[in-house]
Amino acid sequence: MSNTVTQAPAHDDHHEAPKGLVRWLTTTNHKDIGTMYLLFALLMFFVGGAMALIIRLELFQPGLQYVQPEFFNQMTTMHALIMIFGAVMPAFVGLANWMIPLQIGAPDMALPRMNNFSFWILPFAFTLLLSTLFMPGGGPASGWTLYPPLVQQTGDALPFVILAIHLMGISSIMGAINVVVTIMNMRAPGMTLLKMPLFTWTWLITAYLLIAVMPVLAGAVTMLLTDQFFGTTFFHAAGGGDPVMYQHIFWFFGHPEVYIMILPAFGIISEIIPTFARKPLFGYDAMVYATASIAFLSFIVWAHHMFTVGMPLAGQLFFMFATMLIAVPTGVKVFNWTATMWRGAMTFETPMLFAIAFLFLFTIGGFSGLMLSIVPADYQYHDSYFVVAHFHYVLVPGAVFAIMAGVYYWLPKWTGHMYDETLGKIHFWLSVIGVNVTFFPQHFLGLAGMPRRIPDYATQFANFNMMSSIGAFIFGLSQLMFVYIIFKAIRGGAKATAEVWDSPKGLEWTVPSPAPHHTFDEAPQVK
Amino acid sequence: MLTATFRRGLAAAMTALAATLAPAATLANDWQLNMPIGVTDISADVYRLHMTILWICIVIGVIVFSAMIYSIFRHRKSLGVEPAKFSHSTKVEVVWTIVPVFILIGMAIPATETLVRMEDTSGSDLTIKVTGYQWLWEYEYLDEDVRFFSRLHRDSDRARQLGSGIDPFSVENYLLEVDNRMVVPVDAKVRLLLTAGDVIHAWWVPDFAVKKDAIPGFINEVWFQANETGVFRGQCAELCGRDHGFMPIVVEVKSQEDYQAWLAAQRGELGDRPVASTNR
Repeated sequence: MSNTVTQAPAHDDHHEAPKGLVRWLTTTNHKDIGTMYLLFALLMFFVGGAMALIIRLELFQPGLQYVQPEFFNQMTTMHALIMIFGAVMPAFVGLANWMIPLQIGAPDMALPRMNNFSFWILPFAFTLLLSTLFMPGGGPASGWTLYPPLVQQTGDALPFVILAIHLMGISSIMGAINVVVTIMNMRAPGMTLLKMPLFTWTWLITAYLLIAVMPVLAGAVTMLLTDQFFGTTFFHAAGGGDPVMYQHIFWFFGHPEVYIMILPAFGIISEIIPTFARKPLFGYDAMVYATASIAFLSFIVWAHHMFTVGMPLAGQLFFMFATMLIAVPTGVKVFNWTATMWRGAMTFETPMLFAIAFLFLFTIGGFSGLMLSIVPADYQYHDSYFVVAHFHYVLVPGAVFAIMAGVYYWLPKWTGHMYDETLGKIHFWLSVIGVNVTFFPQHFLGLAGMPRRIPDYATQFANFNMMSSIGAFIFGLSQLMFVYIIFKAIRGGAKATAEVWDSPKGLEWTVPSPAPHHTFDEAPQVK
Repeated sequence: MLTATFRRGLAAAMTALAATLAPAATLANDWQLNMPIGVTDISADVYRLHMTILWICIVIGVIVFSAMIYSIFRHRKSLGVEPAKFSHSTKVEVVWTIVPVFILIGMAIPATETLVRMEDTSGSDLTIKVTGYQWLWEYEYLDEDVRFFSRLHRDSDRARQLGSGIDPFSVENYLLEVDNRMVVPVDAKVRLLLTAGDVIHAWWVPDFAVKKDAIPGFINEVWFQANETGVFRGQCAELCGRDHGFMPIVVEVKSQEDYQAWLAAQRGELGDRPVASTNR
């Protein structure tokens, strides 16, 4: 039976790969495209990070010292758009490109040319988005959620921002279709769905979320466009519209989007912890079902982002109960990871350190999320720095740490070289200290009454803001080490073996390091 | 300038330390860590809910983190342990799925109860229409012929300009003072009708546990009943453009007599500039 699928392609040795820029422009190889996605994400991480540092610099002390409030608002807006759509999402797509074919024993992604196209849209989308900063009226300043009517006060930038969002959406949808088609059709013989590695599983579910909600975002921003330029009044009360309807539509996209940024992280952590605990993942099936439950619940909790808009009591109760329920599958995941470490034989290389930090700090973000679900208390937390602390805990030591863990974990497979372990550990400790010094005091600021998205604050908030800014600079600058470590490993270092780590599980460890340009020309057999 | 700020931070740290050691009620709020209990029954309930859920999180956190930390220290290869082989246990998996459900139900009941009371705006003693504009508030006392605007106090406004050279610490209630305060009587159920003239704003006073969006073209209702007199401060909580950070809310809760006197004074001035509610 396997004969029919394992014929080696005859053209393997006669492709004349173009060199230089043309190679990268025209490549359809999943590894090349994965690399481009990852490097693009890294670049955007620094662009968005620079904006965060401008924000924290201004907030270092009360009073306005460096920027005008309108520019500050552009920074908060762009920081979020760039980090979400430019850094975190492309980083996960890059990891998906590299690892999904390797994990399921496929020679490439199912739709390689579309894969190339979905990457190359991104540089244009982000050039467009960043260029709005130089337009009359500046970039978007209404927060990344682009709430009307405020967003209608954007200068010339608005249509460009909307076009950029459309481009990012198209790119994401194409990437997601590619992931679904690849996983559904190109698994090696014997790899049933419930034998797939969890990173692949979480990405499969994420891809469905993307396909479901990116068009919703596209619809919402298109309505903004027609309201602005074509006289519609979807969100104008004066014309019979409702600004709150935008928020409902936006968050119907926005909440699944939150899980789009965390489910693949769950997958990465579920790969790393078993490897370094030398013990199989605890409760594999439960992990898959928990991921699916979280994905389902993500569609019915959107209004918890907008409890203060004045919804009917029954609506608020529904969204409160549904939101609280998310704690159950998320709890299952945290417990299962803990049980995976339990009675293992752990070592603490850099990927494992980041994974453990994820486990602790994502859990803290989960706790504050549970607190936010309690509507009466949410009235106090909403739009305060408590919320800022909450979502940064799930996104930075959550999503971003998981990406870094994944990069350290698979870097030897990609480059064929071990990264510098000592530098990796220093990078880890600086990051983990920086993140906590930055974001933990923000809980206190929010509870004490500091609203988010303000460029200046009352003097009683000065101490924790100063602390937070110091942490932000520690975190931000220590990421330069990350770049150095990556490029050092690309250029050389100790040779990595095929397995890299101590008998890790998964097909990706059966191919040599670095993974050759073409892998699994013959499909492996999975028992 | 930076060193001065550092020094001030240090001084504040000392004060906070002294305040925690001293049995004083006047705790320096420079290091305020927690939500205020506030001055309404609802705000106290909200505070209790907040503390309950916080303690639930802390207890679960201590259990889970202890297991992780124990595991990190004891189950490491350098101690020569052999990894166990187990990969699931239906029994514990069912337990840690079911137990959280019961904890959540236990939490949902008081939360629902408080929410139901918060949403009940009936039987109010007075109604004030609050309109948010970029970047000030308008208060209109319905049936009282009193109506005025309330914007950032001039001292704060001067100090907050980029490069003003004015030290914010030298301004009393920097960014949290207005020219005309909203005034309400103590022990009265005050109903607010919130709307906006341009973009969405949100009216937030932490001591009342009230935060509600003011949405152009729509009216939101919210209420509070302050149990003590005093001055309570808050800020706009929904990004509303350039000066979002500069449209504070100040509510002065007065005794019934003082409130009536204030109302009378306001009415006397109607048609002319409204007088400031403070003596500044």
